[in-house]
Amino acid sequence: MAAKTLTIDGKLISAEEGATVLQTATEAGIKIPTLCHLAGVYDVGACRLCIVEITGVAKLLPACTTKVAEGMEIQTNSERLRKYRRLILELLFAERNHVCAVCVSNGHCELQTLAYSQGMEHVRYDYTFPKWGVDTTHRLFGMDHNRCVLCTRCVRVCWHIEGAGTKNVAGRGGKSKIITDLNQAWGDSVSCTECGKCVMACPTGALFQKGSTVGEMEHDRDKLEFITTAREKKQWVAAD
Amino acid sequence: MLPKPSGENGKNAASGLPHSSGDKRFKILELHMKKHQFRQDALIEVLHKAQELFGYLEDDLLLFVATKLKLPPSRVYGVATFYHFFQLKPQGEHACVVCLGTACYVKGADKIIGGIQEKYKIKSGETTADNKLSLLTARCIGACGIAPAVTYDGQVAPKQTPEAALEKIKTWI
Amino acid sequence: MQLDDLIAIAEKHKGSRKKIIVRTCMSAGCMSSQADVIKKNLETEARLQGLEADVEVRRVGCMGFCGQGPLVGVDQNGEHNLWEFVKPEDAPSIISALKGGACRVQRGDPKHPFFAKQMHIVRANGGIVDPERIEDYIAIGGYLALHHALTELQPAQVVEEVTKSGLRGRGDAGFPTGLKWGTVAKSPGAKKYIVCNGDEGDPGAFMDRSVLESDPHIVLEGMAIAAYAVGADQGYLYVRAEYPLAISRLQIAIKQAKQLGLLGAGIFESPFSFNVDIRIGAGAFVCGEETALMASVEGKRGTPRPRPPFPAESGLWGCPTLINNVETFANISAIINRGGDWYAGIGTEKSKGTKVFALTGKIKNNGLIEVPMGIPLRQIVEEMGGGAPDGRSIKSVQTGGPSGGCIPANYLDTPVDYESLTKLGSIMGSGGMVVMDDSTNMVEIAKFYMEFCMEESCGKCIPCRAGTVQMFNLLEKITRRQATARDLAKLEELCDMVKNTSLCGLGQTAPNPVISTLKFFRKEYEELLQPDPFGPAAGGAPLAPERVTK
Repeated sequence: MAAKTLTIDGKLISAEEGATVLQTATEAGIKIPTLCHLAGVYDVGACRLCIVEITGVAKLLPACTTKVAEGMEIQTNSERLRKYRRLILELLFAERNHVCAVCVSNGHCELQTLAYSQGMEHVRYDYTFPKWGVDTTHRLFGMDHNRCVLCTRCVRVCWHIEGAGTKNVAGRGGKSKIITDLNQAWGDSVSCTECGKCVMACPTGALFQKGSTVGEMEHDRDKLEFITTAREKKQWVAAD
Repeated sequence: MLPKPSGENGKNAASGLPHSSGDKRFKILELHMKKHQFRQDALIEVLHKAQELFGYLEDDLLLFVATKLKLPPSRVYGVATFYHFFQLKPQGEHACVVCLGTACYVKGADKIIGGIQEKYKIKSGETTADNKLSLLTARCIGACGIAPAVTYDGQVAPKQTPEAALEKIKTWI
Repeated sequence: MQLDDLIAIAEKHKGSRKKIIVRTCMSAGCMSSQADVIKKNLETEARLQGLEADVEVRRVGCMGFCGQGPLVGVDQNGEHNLWEFVKPEDAPSIISALKGGACRVQRGDPKHPFFAKQMHIVRANGGIVDPERIEDYIAIGGYLALHHALTELQPAQVVEEVTKSGLRGRGDAGFPTGLKWGTVAKSPGAKKYIVCNGDEGDPGAFMDRSVLESDPHIVLEGMAIAAYAVGADQGYLYVRAEYPLAISRLQIAIKQAKQLGLLGAGIFESPFSFNVDIRIGAGAFVCGEETALMASVEGKRGTPRPRPPFPAESGLWGCPTLINNVETFANISAIINRGGDWYAGIGTEKSKGTKVFALTGKIKNNGLIEVPMGIPLRQIVEEMGGGAPDGRSIKSVQTGGPSGGCIPANYLDTPVDYESLTKLGSIMGSGGMVVMDDSTNMVEIAKFYMEFCMEESCGKCIPCRAGTVQMFNLLEKITRRQATARDLAKLEELCDMVKNTSLCGLGQTAPNPVISTLKFFRKEYEELLQPDPFGPAAGGAPLAPERVTK
């Protein structure tokens, strides 16, 4: 494959054709904040945290879905981008009920880590305090919609890796909700294979293993990448 | 609680038998799906037909569609709740749809809504307790030249006032 | 079907015409005032008064002057009469007036500036042909452009002609149509699709509804020519469920075109085949965005996806797909018939041709108009529209719906073209033009549009999903007189962020009504603000709203 030469934050980088800006930056050791991106499943460019500036392009583009091109000049960390990212995080915190002190994922939460790393230390918008429920009907897992950021990682792993199609988004706009089958109790789902991939994928404490208490829920996202890489590269075609 | 696909209905649908209720409308719906060769991309057309036949989309009906089109129920539910046209709850006997497009809005559609809300104590999207009247709003029905427009049981009426709307609704109740 | 057959149909149909034609508008607007009964009564009356042999009562589409409807037009001895506000019981009077004598119905003026300043390309047949009879369309030269393209032009020449015309997309962004066609034509792929975007969701706009109801074949012909030019054989016509009349007329039109071999396999006995299927929307404004529309055509939730890849390269089911709006397709047959150079001679340097607008709101003459690009806004609202009613004055003109902005009255001399409107912080948009008079509260208008965008946001990307909610809450706070200058600053900051970071056009343009009303009517916002107890005047912190660590 042909190599493309480009600069990211002034650093001259060579990238493979077809690679995304995010992949290229990560390989070059440049960290771009992400939330809906998850190694192993396709990208949707929805959280807008990985937006970058590209010289000559009027719009800001998400690094996760933008492919590299010859001669691209990319800025990933300008003052403007940092400000937008903080605002997006503020909006997320104000949208649902993210109370770190009582959350199972406290200390292992991507949303929390992002807020720290982006310097978002308080929320200036009015909290909306919506009343979302908690589904603990499944024998192994639980879902707290109050902590959901609608990144759809759980939906994508359920469709793309597990192939069960149990989870999906229902409704639209601010009323969007992650559902199980026909918006029924998770414990009643027939399509769910109980594989737990959605729980592995969740960036916050929205999906958790039952029995975890504050700060105990650690997601195992590397396992997902391990499975998909093995599948795509057909690494284990036979057991022996 | 919702019906499980493993229940009687789901099983029959999966095995190609008619819907266990014996309701003829399921047969008509299935013929409509057949016309679309049970293509999954016809989901929205199928839901339109289902709503036309049944008035609203209840869970059992969505499950029937999901099984016939071989789609995960979560996809069918996700699509049905994305589009405002689809109703998942039963509607009242009569529907009054007030257009809230810009032209109707600047000409006082909000006052029509206000008048009905006050008189019948229902909000937009709700149905009266006696199940006679559902009050709905539309995002522009494209009748801007005759604004403000209100649709009464599917019939568009031009240049409406709160009084005219209440007068019309009175004939229903 | 060959050219001779087409001409034979046209000649036969023209030969069967009667001396007097009474045209009854049966578009959605007039239909709401019993236009169907009016037509029936006119027919009965013509029979009773013994004029059956001379009078044809014809169902026609929109004549444009919707605010004066129901409308009935009469063509007699080369003269045209127009009757306004017709009621079913007026039929005897209208028919007896055909024999001379007075008519008790209000007479319209076909030379009124509302009509005189118009220029018809897209709406050339609106109000003239019967939208449910393909013969009517063929009789005025319909499908000749398709024949010309198929038999005398190479696909590349068709693209060339459209490029030369300078036509730009009429849906929203104004992208050069020829360039789009060229890209799809060049994209590799055995299967390609044509999609006609009839998801006219802008509140206050009904141009596409009117075209589809009045002249469905002009759109189908445009789509077929496009399909030939880019190498597609399947088309989808996406129409809103709110437009049942347009849907039924399209179904009739497609059936008739198929019967005559003008759609389907081997059109005009050439190897070219093209089928059109209707897809009915289900009430989602975001589906006007092309990637969301494609998701909806595929039967999915209508959420947009990032571009690139553009639909021209990877669209429906990953195949190259050409998406144009209804009005764009409606321009095509005229361009092929009369040439790209002719079309490029109309309009301004960068905005060619005509544009259809739905002129509504607080204005005397409501209705649909088609004007050459570059016409000053003042001519539209004052001369054609007749200004604001009830002795009020015009305060602002809103164009582009929830994606557009409000143009204040002192900019009424602005020419209506893509660049000029954009410069004023509005957009051409699909053609909604809502006039507001001096009684209008601009902050309420901004809030109205923000509520619209909030409810129509698909919820996929955070800036649009959560940003529109917060912006709406801030506007609500302002209109309730509970906000301070600090809140206004937060609102402006959010406008900037949502505009620049949202995934699709809906979010990127959602702040426009706020930005434009703030630009021209800032005082109205400021008058609603309360003193800030923690602001600089009260000895509190300065207005910098954000505090950042690191």
